[in-house]
Amino acid sequence: MNAPIAKTESTAGSYNFAYLDEQSKRMIRRAILKAVAIPGYQVPFAGREMPLPYGWGTGGIQVTASVIGRDDILKVIDQGADDTTNAVSIRKFFAKTAGVRTTTRTAEASLIQTRHRIPETPLKAGQIIVFQVPIPEPLRWLEPRETMTRRMHALADYGPMYLKLYEDIARFGRVTTAYDFPTVVNGRYLMSPSPIPRLDNPKLDRSPALQLFGAGREKRIYAIPPHTTVKSLDFEDHPFTTERWSQHCARCGASDSFLDELVVDDRGTRRYVCSDTDYCDSRLAAGGGR
Amino acid sequence: MYVAVKGGEQAIDAAHDLVARDRRGDAVTPELSVAQVEQQLGLAVDRVMAEGALYDRRLAALAIKQAAGDIVEAIFLLRAYRTTLPRFGASEPVETAKMAVARRISAVFKDIPGGQFLGPTFDYSHRLLDFALEEGDASLSEGETRVEATTGPDHLLPVSHILEREGLIEPEMVADQPVGDITRTPPTYPADRDVRLQALARGDEGFLLSLAYSTQRGYGRNHPFAGEIRSGHVAVEIVPPELGFAITMGEVELTECQMVNQFKGSAEKPPQFTRGYGLAFGRSERKAMAMSLVDRALRAAEFDEEISAPAQDEEFVLSHADNVEASGFVQHLKLPHYVDFQAELDVLRRLRDELDLQEAAE
Amino acid sequence: MTADLDQPVLEVRDLAKSYGDRRVLSDIALSLWPGEVLAIVGESGSGKTTLLRCIDGQIAPDDGEILFHSRSQGVVDLATLSESQRRRVIGNDLGYVHQNPRDGLRLDLSAGANIGEPLLQAGLRHYGRIRQIAGEWLAKVEIDASRIDEPPLRFSGGMQQRLQIARNLVTEPRLVLMDEPTGGLDVSVQARLLDLLRRLVADLDLAVILVTHDLGVARLLADRLMVMQAGRIIETGLTDQVLDDPHQPYTQLLVSSVLQL
Repeated sequence: MNAPIAKTESTAGSYNFAYLDEQSKRMIRRAILKAVAIPGYQVPFAGREMPLPYGWGTGGIQVTASVIGRDDILKVIDQGADDTTNAVSIRKFFAKTAGVRTTTRTAEASLIQTRHRIPETPLKAGQIIVFQVPIPEPLRWLEPRETMTRRMHALADYGPMYLKLYEDIARFGRVTTAYDFPTVVNGRYLMSPSPIPRLDNPKLDRSPALQLFGAGREKRIYAIPPHTTVKSLDFEDHPFTTERWSQHCARCGASDSFLDELVVDDRGTRRYVCSDTDYCDSRLAAGGGR
Repeated sequence: MYVAVKGGEQAIDAAHDLVARDRRGDAVTPELSVAQVEQQLGLAVDRVMAEGALYDRRLAALAIKQAAGDIVEAIFLLRAYRTTLPRFGASEPVETAKMAVARRISAVFKDIPGGQFLGPTFDYSHRLLDFALEEGDASLSEGETRVEATTGPDHLLPVSHILEREGLIEPEMVADQPVGDITRTPPTYPADRDVRLQALARGDEGFLLSLAYSTQRGYGRNHPFAGEIRSGHVAVEIVPPELGFAITMGEVELTECQMVNQFKGSAEKPPQFTRGYGLAFGRSERKAMAMSLVDRALRAAEFDEEISAPAQDEEFVLSHADNVEASGFVQHLKLPHYVDFQAELDVLRRLRDELDLQEAAE
Repeated sequence: MTADLDQPVLEVRDLAKSYGDRRVLSDIALSLWPGEVLAIVGESGSGKTTLLRCIDGQIAPDDGEILFHSRSQGVVDLATLSESQRRRVIGNDLGYVHQNPRDGLRLDLSAGANIGEPLLQAGLRHYGRIRQIAGEWLAKVEIDASRIDEPPLRFSGGMQQRLQIARNLVTEPRLVLMDEPTGGLDVSVQARLLDLLRRLVADLDLAVILVTHDLGVARLLADRLMVMQAGRIIETGLTDQVLDDPHQPYTQLLVSSVLQL
């Protein structure tokens, strides 16, 4: 069963296509091209104020607005779901300003804008995924100064990041970074994958899709071109690990997806359901479930 | 069976309806007009223009009405609107020396050529709530005549020029290179003074005020004196390429503050007073003064001063001065973070399980 | 580590540096061989620390060459390398022990992390191994192994200095530069540290350039001695020879002014 693909009328004449003027789009595309040419490197760009607040995805929106075309089919998710309030708000924004078709089906989308998750359904060549990034600098918590972190990237001085992992293991017995786990892209640049859970990090590695990252407030764009290696930091004897649940999805039975923990009553009863709503729906439709 | 809450779209629409209702308040009270905001809440309009970085009193007033008085929200509205406007050129630098002065004061000389004009100011008022304002316009009771607002002459000699003539204050540099533009180029550090001043001009008044205050209390002290503060209208001129000469497009109201700061000398130069500069739209005097103190503090490196205080830390001040950015990021914590939180729960639970195992083993 | 004993580790030629009109280094030339300890002595203002910092790349000389015989890239002139080239060519082959250990340590990280950092930079990615090596080195510099997870903030001055030394030596560099390593420590702590340094230098066959104003330290640790005054080398030779039979008047003055206890 196919979900309906919504087609909306754009209010052409009130806004340029996808809101941004062509000069701005050109400027952002130049930044994107540079980012694709240097995988994982943060390219500064002159971000514009958008009608949504900083922190609400202005970077992702600017990247999407610069690459979207009339024939694109757009999916927008937040925490993996299409119907969280901010995903709804952003989808409406593009429906209004670009008039493109929108969808909730990962497999049908040509362009996906996401906050904090990568879809469970593997992406294909030709798809573009745009990540909303709050803090693009993976070294920021070790070094607040931009002047210093710029130098560290130039010299590939990433020792302090490994030291953070070392200290975690020494103190807690394990690395305690839960999400936004730092990665090395193409064997060169240290990159923040945005606050996705560790379960999603392996999906970045050699994806056939183009992965773009936009940080509006911090004014940085970076990219992972298709089929690029992305390795999460670890030690040989403390390899990178992902989240695990003892339960399957209560709705579709999936055992391999990221599960949301729902508290359903005052006694604290828990239910675990796929965070990726499309994945869950697809599995149900295909005859999965309990 | 438990079903996760859907209908986010309807919730958003309902939220917007509620905002509109709250904004209107009770129907018995006459609706506030944009003109009333513009005329009677002029200082709020000034602030929204200054930090919205757009000079348009009517639009700023509309933003304030739409935001139901939330000034930072109004600033955001104006900034977002600004993004949609085409830029067709740059004006000539405005000549504040030729300002039609409505207010001009100096703390450094008892008397100055042209005199001191108090103008409209709360400075010497007693802060007593005036309940007569509840009834109507209290200041126009019967028999009283209104003071006619006078403006000073144009071309009031700036106090800094007096000091400059004697070589007592550092001269302002004339830019011999293109002026930076923070709306076209992302910030990089170290930043030049032009870029810093642009960021400060649109920076949050509260933030700059606190930083300025901190310098006065010893966190990067630079011995400020208010050399001159002037408010009034200046002409905005452009030089269209087809004409080759300047034409006046209109005028804007500005407040300018020149601080006279700690004197410095070096092996090559005799000691001179140094400067801090503040400029804001409208009569935003507190903002202009705070900006000038922070400007001087951020010039610490130029004068080989030890950088030890937050107000002197360029990256710290400029990265956090914009309240549109700050408000967005602080408030974004309201957005769903349950996936990242779930990831943290996973780690925490594992750590605790391992701890329990350890303790059980002991 | 088998050093190529035919080649010097470091050759400095015609090094010069000025600040405006003030000449701080003139005509500096020296050679250092594997396993040699060279002490540079002089009063404060003699330029000895400036020379050390030039070799370390902290200061750019105006003239001259600093030829370092690297492990993998042959002879390179340190004076002309950019920062990223330095890192690539030298890696962890050049150590620098600061007079104040706080300048050479990460005070907010544990002792183990401090020793582990050069290993990480060298590409070691095995947590257990890093920890093991760090533990071994703590023992070598006589710091209680149980303190491996403590930040050096809480260490005494002497212990911080020993940690800094461990951090510099863990990758067995070809050359170690030391700026007054015992300065600022009280006498008994100094003695202990000197003993440790003497042992480590011998055990690891290190090449060291040691800057000090203390002739006693020079005599204890150094094979050769170089005396500097006003930015110039005025006398050089085997340590005992120079100290027992100084030729230059300035050297004689220096030697005779040392208190004999």
